[in-house]
Amino acid sequence: MNNLSVDHLIGIKDLTKQDIQLILKTADSFKQVINRPIKKVPSLRDITIANLFFENSTRTKLSFELAEKRLSADVINFAASGSSVKKGETLIDTVNNILAMKVDLVVMRHPNPGAAKFLSERINARVVNAGDGTHEHPTQALLDAYSIREKHGDDFTGKKVVIVGDITHSRVALSNIFCLQKLGAEVMVCGPTTLIPKYIGELGVKVEHNLRKALEWCDVANMLRIQLERQDIQYFPTLREYTMLFGLDKKLLDSLDKKITIMHPGPINRGVEITSDVADSDQSIILQQVENGVAVRMAIIYLLASKIERN
Amino acid sequence: MEKRTILNSTHFEITLKRLASQLKENHHLFENTVLIGLQPRGIHVLQRLKKILEADLKKELTCGQLDITFYRDDFRRREQPIIPSVTNIDFIIENKNVVLIDDVLFSGRTIRSGLDALLAFGRPKKVELLAFIDRRFERHLPIQADYIGKTVDTLSSQRVSVEWTEIEGEDKVVLFTQENKNE
Repeated sequence: MNNLSVDHLIGIKDLTKQDIQLILKTADSFKQVINRPIKKVPSLRDITIANLFFENSTRTKLSFELAEKRLSADVINFAASGSSVKKGETLIDTVNNILAMKVDLVVMRHPNPGAAKFLSERINARVVNAGDGTHEHPTQALLDAYSIREKHGDDFTGKKVVIVGDITHSRVALSNIFCLQKLGAEVMVCGPTTLIPKYIGELGVKVEHNLRKALEWCDVANMLRIQLERQDIQYFPTLREYTMLFGLDKKLLDSLDKKITIMHPGPINRGVEITSDVADSDQSIILQQVENGVAVRMAIIYLLASKIERN
Repeated sequence: MEKRTILNSTHFEITLKRLASQLKENHHLFENTVLIGLQPRGIHVLQRLKKILEADLKKELTCGQLDITFYRDDFRRREQPIIPSVTNIDFIIENKNVVLIDDVLFSGRTIRSGLDALLAFGRPKKVELLAFIDRRFERHLPIQADYIGKTVDTLSSQRVSVEWTEIEGEDKVVLFTQENKNE
């Protein structure tokens, strides 16, 4: 099967295992491309892509833009700050105005969960969700899976991955859980009780509140950032206390009897969820994740764009 | 589907040896020449030629594999996207003589894409084309091969398949013809 089963990438929940494997396999080829002297292919030269960012982003936005440009697509960027959104324009109106400029594919980040799905049902363009509130961040999960696969091999069966930190407010955590489980890995979440959703066990993940026990169990630890901007109430007494209980430092890492892989979706709060020496250690694949992000996003856009009808 | 062998294993071997000799005639010791096979099936022609030439010259030749999927001109015109194969060119082709190698030269579109894809690895001094089978009269583009194993005259409805001992069990070239029910 060479085609995705979906027309839009809204969430990992909608993808099949074959879809995920197809994306990862295609990304292999794009990773070769971006390591050549000339890092560009002409595949999407007649496609126009709009990047709509209704919420701040550095890495995801740059990564998408680079991926699109390396595929030779025409790219327009839109950021909510300084736009007519501030004047009261609705999402549909904003997007329809942009689509009137003949855009084929929309990459959108939005603070409201479900925004990407809402959009995909109402506009005549492919939609890629670049993060919708606390719901999903599918491209991050796919690049995380790609990075794990690069380090630990093709077969995810029995691989143990722990996601540490603010699970409640994390779209990365939810997408990662769906993605890793579909690929056959075992997933555990670890964090303070207040930051773990009450019914998360129903997704089939293990729950642990002791970081050391979680690390002893896993092959890969994905350390999430504490998202203070999404926390409307106080979930733990102080950041210092969080760091003492759930922060990963070199001493803890070295005391484990195996070498686990450390991941982080960025941006890192150095000294909060992980210390600098862990982030920069040889067990960390944080910068590989960023590089793989471009290749994986190229694969996603390439596969979705192949479904755009020609006029 | 009617099936006819147009090149048996004996002639197959002779043809490969002749192509190798022709390459040697033009490129001598291959000091500034690289051989690049087009994915997926040009690779087999490349590997055989490489084996013959290396045994003959007693030296290793610089060879690569090129995948042209992302450079094709029929993206979004197919039902399903093509899944790319591996590109393996770990050298720069700047100022090199490049011999592009494919099994069947048909419309010429693959070669056009290949020339495009090649640019990502530098500006070659010269590019030549070797086609094991040349289906002349079927070209869509002004592209001709410099080295030809065998020229065949075919209808566009026919299919030519180059088969290899490593994969299909026997070296041969087969011509498939769709049976016409009106006859």
